[in-house]
Amino acid sequence: MQQATTYVSIGQIKALGAKLDAPAAGGCSTHGGEGKASCGSSDGPDDMPQDIWDKVKNHPCYSEEAHHHFARMHVAVAPACNIQCNYCNRKYDCSNESRPGVVSQKLTPEQAVRKVVAVASEIPQMTVLGVAGPGDALANPAKTFETFRMLQQQAPDIKLCISTNGLALPDYVDEICKYNVDHVTITINMVDPAVGEKIYPWIFWDHRRVTGYEAAKILHERQMLGLEMLTARGVLTKINSVLIPGVNDQHLMDVNREVKKRGAFLHNIMPLISEAEHGTVFGLTGQRGPSASELKAVQDACMGGANLMRHCRQCRADAVGLLGEDRSEEFTLDKLDQMDVVYDLEKRRIYQEQVEVERQAQHAAKQQALAAASAVPAEQDLQVLVAVATKGGGRVNEHFGHVTEFQIYEVSSTQALFVGHRRVDQYCQGGAGDDEQLPSVVRAINDCHAVLVAKIGACPRDELSQAGIEPVDQYVGEFIEKAALDWFNEYRARMASGAVVHQSRGDAQIRQGAYTSVPLAA
Amino acid sequence: MAHKIIASTCTACSACEPECPNVAIREKNGTYVIDPKKCTDCEGHFDSPQCVAVCPVDGCIVKA
Repeated sequence: MQQATTYVSIGQIKALGAKLDAPAAGGCSTHGGEGKASCGSSDGPDDMPQDIWDKVKNHPCYSEEAHHHFARMHVAVAPACNIQCNYCNRKYDCSNESRPGVVSQKLTPEQAVRKVVAVASEIPQMTVLGVAGPGDALANPAKTFETFRMLQQQAPDIKLCISTNGLALPDYVDEICKYNVDHVTITINMVDPAVGEKIYPWIFWDHRRVTGYEAAKILHERQMLGLEMLTARGVLTKINSVLIPGVNDQHLMDVNREVKKRGAFLHNIMPLISEAEHGTVFGLTGQRGPSASELKAVQDACMGGANLMRHCRQCRADAVGLLGEDRSEEFTLDKLDQMDVVYDLEKRRIYQEQVEVERQAQHAAKQQALAAASAVPAEQDLQVLVAVATKGGGRVNEHFGHVTEFQIYEVSSTQALFVGHRRVDQYCQGGAGDDEQLPSVVRAINDCHAVLVAKIGACPRDELSQAGIEPVDQYVGEFIEKAALDWFNEYRARMASGAVVHQSRGDAQIRQGAYTSVPLAA
Repeated sequence: MAHKIIASTCTACSACEPECPNVAIREKNGTYVIDPKKCTDCEGHFDSPQCVAVCPVDGCIVKA
């Protein structure tokens, strides 16, 4: 593996800010946003220009901090696609950009706008609407832009974003700016057609089905051109890359370098999802996805610090709610018909202001707590992973048995950094622990030294301990970073006294398959 | 000659509809159909039938 220092330098990140400071030619400005929250957490926009921070601070996909507070939704108005990917089976939704298993309820632009307005009234912290498929937003330009046009009239405060493979992107950059779309995600899995032809069997281009190297070359050139055009107009871009072991794992560092060079704001490296039952080419040929440590190694190698997204949940093209949750079932077409919707801009504004106040208070409290944390600089360069059970608020506050997603922090003697999340099947179902689920939970966090929880039963406690993962329940209600640091330094003290012998951990599994929303607790 | 869409494999993704130079494709009962009277197999327009080239499901659009 190449060294991280080869590529992403702080200089490049700063240069990005300078580039985007240029006035947006097409008027791709954003609305709202006053007062930059000082933020020293892992997503650290402290050195981000104010105008950029204003664009991302309420966008759950672009700001790790925002995703705890603000929600997004996708509307499935774009079923057509203009390329074929080996990780996608179009009989279902695209299995990497959105979860497979259930075909989305396709919406007309009229239905989509009705749904957005209903959701935004019901969930006032919903700030972002995306068109992410189930095909490609720009392979369905009429439907995508008609949705935006109508929505701007009815709900002008909602931010718009799209997700695209980039093939048609250069043709629609002007249109994108016309509707004030200020966030665009491009899926870029390669910058070398020789790699690309292993991922894309064909594209539909200039009235022809183009295959092989030529197809990947055209796609690559269009992606780079589109990215450059968006950067020139001040549109924030996020690059999604699917990590396919043996195909583009080493290559993603080249992708990272090339997209950063062209002004990409954020790079999101996601694990390949490929199960035979999804019926994708990769699923059927046995192409495996990465393990947790393989994913982290590539993410770490691509990291200069700020610009790597680690909180992506690879959500469905019709997802509704906070990242990691999906409330789309509450807003199906028949239910929408029975809802009496009044879109109240003022109410939404007031609610979002409250969210912002809470968020700043939480941030300040966390900083205060962290200042009191036992940060003890140590000579040895030890760092370990810990899994955290949280239900929000940035605190250790969830029961082990209720966790459907652990947050993973990398802890050293001086800092605790969010590095990702792991989905698990809930251990506790209806009051009693399900022992069959425990091994899968252990596999999901097997690279962690400890798991910080609010509470844990005797049985899983023993099993975790046997597996070498220390269950820790003495930091209930504390801020995660502080708890992790305090635990770590206490662990180091035990190491020093000989009470514990430090051993390195194994690898962990990334859970495959559809993420289904958890049934509400009875 | 004309082309037809095998309804049982059509995903109703709509990709074919705007590509047809004869406006012969439309949605019908949750799937897409080709009007055989309008379909020319793209002869005189393109090298290959556009609906077949863009369709994501192999074998879904065939010669009638």
